[in-house]
Amino acid sequence: MSDNRKTKIKVEDLTLIFGKRKQEALKLLEQGVSKEEILKKTKCTVGVNRASFEIKEGEVFVIMGLSGSGKSTLIRCLNRLNEPTAGKVFFDDHDITRDTNKELLETRRTEMSMVFQKFGLLPHRTILENAGFGLELRGEEKTTRDERAKTALETVGLRGYEAQYPAELSGGMQQRVGLARALANDPEVLLMDEAFSALDPLIKSDMQDELLEIQDKLHKTIVFITHDLDEAIKIGDRIAIMKDGVVEQIGTAEDILTNPASEYVEAFVEKVDRKTIITAETLMFKKHTALEVHKDGPKGAVRKMRSIAVDQLPVINEHKKFLGHVWLQDVFELEKEQEKSIEKVINTNVPSVYRHYTVEEMLPLITGIRHPLAVIEEETGKFLGLVTQTSLIIEATRFEKKEVIKLKEQANEL
Amino acid sequence: MDKLIDLGKYIEQGINVLEESLSGLWGAIDDVISWTVEFLNDTFLAIPFVVIIALVTFGAYYANAGKLAFKKEGLKKGAGLALFVVLGLLLIWAMGYWKEAIQTTTLVIVATIIALLFGIPLGIWAARSNTANAIIRPILDLMQTMPAFVYLIPAIFFFSVGNTPGVIATVIFSLPPAVRLTSLGIRNVPEDVIEAGHAFGATDKQILFKIQLPLAKTTILAGINQVILLALSMVVIASMVGAKGLGAIVYQGIQQNDIAKGFESGLGIVVLAIILDRITQAVAKK
Repeated sequence: MSDNRKTKIKVEDLTLIFGKRKQEALKLLEQGVSKEEILKKTKCTVGVNRASFEIKEGEVFVIMGLSGSGKSTLIRCLNRLNEPTAGKVFFDDHDITRDTNKELLETRRTEMSMVFQKFGLLPHRTILENAGFGLELRGEEKTTRDERAKTALETVGLRGYEAQYPAELSGGMQQRVGLARALANDPEVLLMDEAFSALDPLIKSDMQDELLEIQDKLHKTIVFITHDLDEAIKIGDRIAIMKDGVVEQIGTAEDILTNPASEYVEAFVEKVDRKTIITAETLMFKKHTALEVHKDGPKGAVRKMRSIAVDQLPVINEHKKFLGHVWLQDVFELEKEQEKSIEKVINTNVPSVYRHYTVEEMLPLITGIRHPLAVIEEETGKFLGLVTQTSLIIEATRFEKKEVIKLKEQANEL
Repeated sequence: MDKLIDLGKYIEQGINVLEESLSGLWGAIDDVISWTVEFLNDTFLAIPFVVIIALVTFGAYYANAGKLAFKKEGLKKGAGLALFVVLGLLLIWAMGYWKEAIQTTTLVIVATIIALLFGIPLGIWAARSNTANAIIRPILDLMQTMPAFVYLIPAIFFFSVGNTPGVIATVIFSLPPAVRLTSLGIRNVPEDVIEAGHAFGATDKQILFKIQLPLAKTTILAGINQVILLALSMVVIASMVGAKGLGAIVYQGIQQNDIAKGFESGLGIVVLAIILDRITQAVAKK
């Protein structure tokens, strides 16, 4: 992270309290009274508790927390959809908490755009009209806004859908329209509130990739809210973790994974992390050498194994479907027998995993075997890559040593 | 029987005060409504009935068939209602009630327009302010549960007999669904769409006209349909204070114990009701 970039958004001691006796609650909060006490005494809920942070220009800043942690409330303070009770929010040098209503409208129209979890599209308008809605609100001419909406739709890959209506599009495509609407305004800041949380996992992953691609081109300052650590790590330059309205830690993904600042963060990282972050897909060696049963005879197999110094290799057929493993010693037998095909010695009784398998799910599979796990595609059985035992154990030891020790013991017993 | 509270008396006194202090206003309202009703009646009656039947028939057909009006598919959709309109209106004409049917339609049109002029803004207000809603709702309940005849008494008091008290009583009776369904439609607009509007810097006016009203359109149109049908159903009652039209014939039929008259004019009202209902419903579906 180069820190000589300009600060785009600066949040200072931002506090938001829901309820009627806000000022009273605020005083108690400043005296260090707990959230629960305040609720008891004043019937006010503390949504955001003295949050402070700075976001650099062009940075993707992720605010992560479980539901009820105050992250959505916090992002709504940045454009004052929620009115902060105390504290300041600066965009460059402009404190938006002091904006009059009219100035606030202008700020919302020009400086920032928001993308919503539930899309928030207008069902009675076409995709083009939806994408140009922000421009329409600020009074742009129809020709200008159609032109810019079209460009924005192209950016998000929705060319050709201009005349359709939101109900005719899938969830992922609707959110692309939401994103296009935000981009059409050409704001410097994008506020994305759980923008991809309502999408199914594959589409979600596509949208994340697409957002990163768009970001590479446009260099917006993005504030992204999510409850998904996986997503936070993938798209965030820095991550802020929130709990009970308090920002517990701010840092890069690595900072947070290696030095959790509090027990809460640690628990988050430990529990959510192990299951969701490290999957077969991230661990595997892609495009690993494999034997092709229709091409490689015993001689070819030996050559391939020697060239990368292994004593076994996965075998695939002409459709790249994973068949099993072949061991060097078996191939030698074949060579002696002058066999032409390795088909006979393929050991099909070996475990294989899908790309979404986690470390935890894979660990039990490697007990009792001494070769890597093949990763295959769920629908087609296509061979994708290999996860070696070493990388599994390394991944596992980073988080919990006990388990690896146990594994080793098990291995020794065998 | 002795009364402990003479509520009726206070209401009467209140209405007396209103009548005397604002007599100029009542006179003006009477003039405007009478003139409008007369003008519309004269205009419609000046047009040959064949032309009107043709126009209404095409209107009904177009409301159903829409863009397909000049294609075969449109014929399938719109022909049924169009046929009904032709036969129904010809029947009314053949029974000799054309003039009365026009008078009734005029009353319904004028009453509906006035009811919507007040009802839709009130509905918008009730949707946007909980206080307004808390005040308006019990009044609407009262308006709907009060026997319709009761409205005739102050209506006569302010406007004597004729079309105006008929229109006013009809407006009061048919106003509630316009308010209720407008309010309901706006309140049912999803919060996330409104929030998106705010986030992009929409003013309150833009939120109303660009988001809330368009999304509430179907519900509001259903309200308009209800207003029209209630207005039509009030027409018979309004004839008791001198409103002209098919209702007056029904009323005569009752007074003269004339089954033929009562049945014919009643049937005329049913035909009008079906035509108005189907056309407005077809429009609402779009």
